[in-house]
Amino acid sequence: MREACVKDKDEAVKLEELAREVRRRLLTTVGRAGCGHLGGSLSAADVVTALYFHFLRIDTKKPDWQDRDRFVLSKGHVTPLYYTVLAMRGFFPLDWLDTYDCVDSRLQGHPDMTKTPGVDMTTGSLGQGISSALGMAIAARMLKCNFRVFVMIGDGEFQEGQVWEAIMWAGAHKLNNLICIMDHNKLQLASTLSEGLPIEPVIPKWESFGWHVLEIDGHDMEDILSGIEKAVSYGKGPVVVISHTLKGKGVSFMEQVVKWHSAAPSREEMHQALQELGAEEKELAEWR
Amino acid sequence: MALKIANREAFGQTLVRLGETYKNMVVLDSDVCTSTRTCLFRDTYPNRFIQMGVAEQNMISVAAGMSTVDNLIPWVSTFAVFASKRALDQVSISVAYPRNNVKINGSYGGIPTGKAGATHQSVHDIAIMRSMPHMTVIVPVDAVEVEQAMIAAMEYRGPVYLRTTRHESPVVLDPETYAFEWGKSVVLREGSDVTLIGTGVKSVLALDSAEALQKKGIDARVLHMHTIKPIDEDAIVRAANETAGIVTMENHSVIGGLGGAVAEVLSEKHPALLRRIGFPDVFGESGDIDKIFHKMGLSVEHVVSTVQELLSHNQ
Repeated sequence: MREACVKDKDEAVKLEELAREVRRRLLTTVGRAGCGHLGGSLSAADVVTALYFHFLRIDTKKPDWQDRDRFVLSKGHVTPLYYTVLAMRGFFPLDWLDTYDCVDSRLQGHPDMTKTPGVDMTTGSLGQGISSALGMAIAARMLKCNFRVFVMIGDGEFQEGQVWEAIMWAGAHKLNNLICIMDHNKLQLASTLSEGLPIEPVIPKWESFGWHVLEIDGHDMEDILSGIEKAVSYGKGPVVVISHTLKGKGVSFMEQVVKWHSAAPSREEMHQALQELGAEEKELAEWR
Repeated sequence: MALKIANREAFGQTLVRLGETYKNMVVLDSDVCTSTRTCLFRDTYPNRFIQMGVAEQNMISVAAGMSTVDNLIPWVSTFAVFASKRALDQVSISVAYPRNNVKINGSYGGIPTGKAGATHQSVHDIAIMRSMPHMTVIVPVDAVEVEQAMIAAMEYRGPVYLRTTRHESPVVLDPETYAFEWGKSVVLREGSDVTLIGTGVKSVLALDSAEALQKKGIDARVLHMHTIKPIDEDAIVRAANETAGIVTMENHSVIGGLGGAVAEVLSEKHPALLRRIGFPDVFGESGDIDKIFHKMGLSVEHVVSTVQELLSHNQ
């Protein structure tokens, strides 16, 4: 038991370091492109890193492997995070990140399954990804496949009606191969959620739709590992992991500031942000 | 009297037949299966039928997700109004943009909806679907073509919008000899004075009108344009070249459907006289189908007078 704990701790430390690198790289991607959704990328960075480097059964050499676990990024705007993790995981070369948002790039502003290896579903119009993930989970049950379907939605996205259609169906049919992670950073594009449209109380809403609800600190890697582990081993129906996060996490001047939903930092801001994330001299030099 | 079968019935029966051949076919419904006739598939293959409830948007994206797993081919079936408008963004982003292999049955196309009125009458679904990149649009005339178009849809990898209708309509194609060809129109009648182009059930109106015109000494060619996208440009240009003009007719608005598509081809490839018959930019209404069609100008008399007016420009 003690040994397992130590192992988990080691794994958490390793993932924390990876997540810091993910943050630096996604910032650099946005800084170079001059656009991109930073706030939500930084809030979801730890969970998505844990998914791709710990939980997902995938083969980067065979992105279309039929029995792979699926991941649908329903909050499709956080591609700086998504592409950085996919590249670091080995789905495509890291230098593709420099083409982000350029004409003819394989890395579109929102995920395009036909252009980017490792992307399981085209998303970006909020609410649709969770339905597509539901479709994959239904297909897996129908075909008796063992893969699991992970989907990440935003808390602002929880305002979309289609989400409610999807979670009603999944709960009613007790789909036990579907795990939703809700990145609950409490901000949306134009305001805080409480100013925009409050979604509280979140937990009873999910529970009344037949979902098992877990909560994690989405920036505590040990909590992420044990929370998602509990979710995958639940087995009795769909599980939502409410991941409490901070928008812009890791960069002091971005944390919980609405405008960083989508904005490109200045050179000075890039320098400071990367410095805060422990960048080395050679990474910082570009922004002097 | 020709045999009459509703295209929705043909659709439901064909799903059952194809379900035997295509074990990877699944059918999704949003609580209208007894109307669209996918209930026949439900009763035959309950394990491959998914009842999504009254939630069309979710249904379309679910189908997109299913289509990415192990070559499953989902047919989603709902009323054309909901497929084209309620779930438009889902059709566009979950299905068309990534070219997911989802087949959409837009049932209750046009006016015939059982007197449900404007909320359920699809007046511009063809225009919507036709303008969507990657989407293909098929509007079969009868039961024979419904079956063949569905087989073609199954063999084609990518999104298909198939428009079916509720009311009983005549079977005009010969199941022994007819061969559906993707994007190729069908010459239902040769003629040299004028060309009538129909789509869906209104190709029958074109045939009936040609007969009436014959009695007046006008020799009309009848083209049935089952595939609105990709459209048969060659046949349209040929008709413009070989006859005095073209009259289109459809169970749909004159804007953006068959008439719109033909106008686009003619104006760029071969300017010619054109008249479009269909819903004159109005919503539908409840009431007797034939009376509404008549009111909209979808009658033999109106086609004949339109042809006469068109031909008067050439004299």
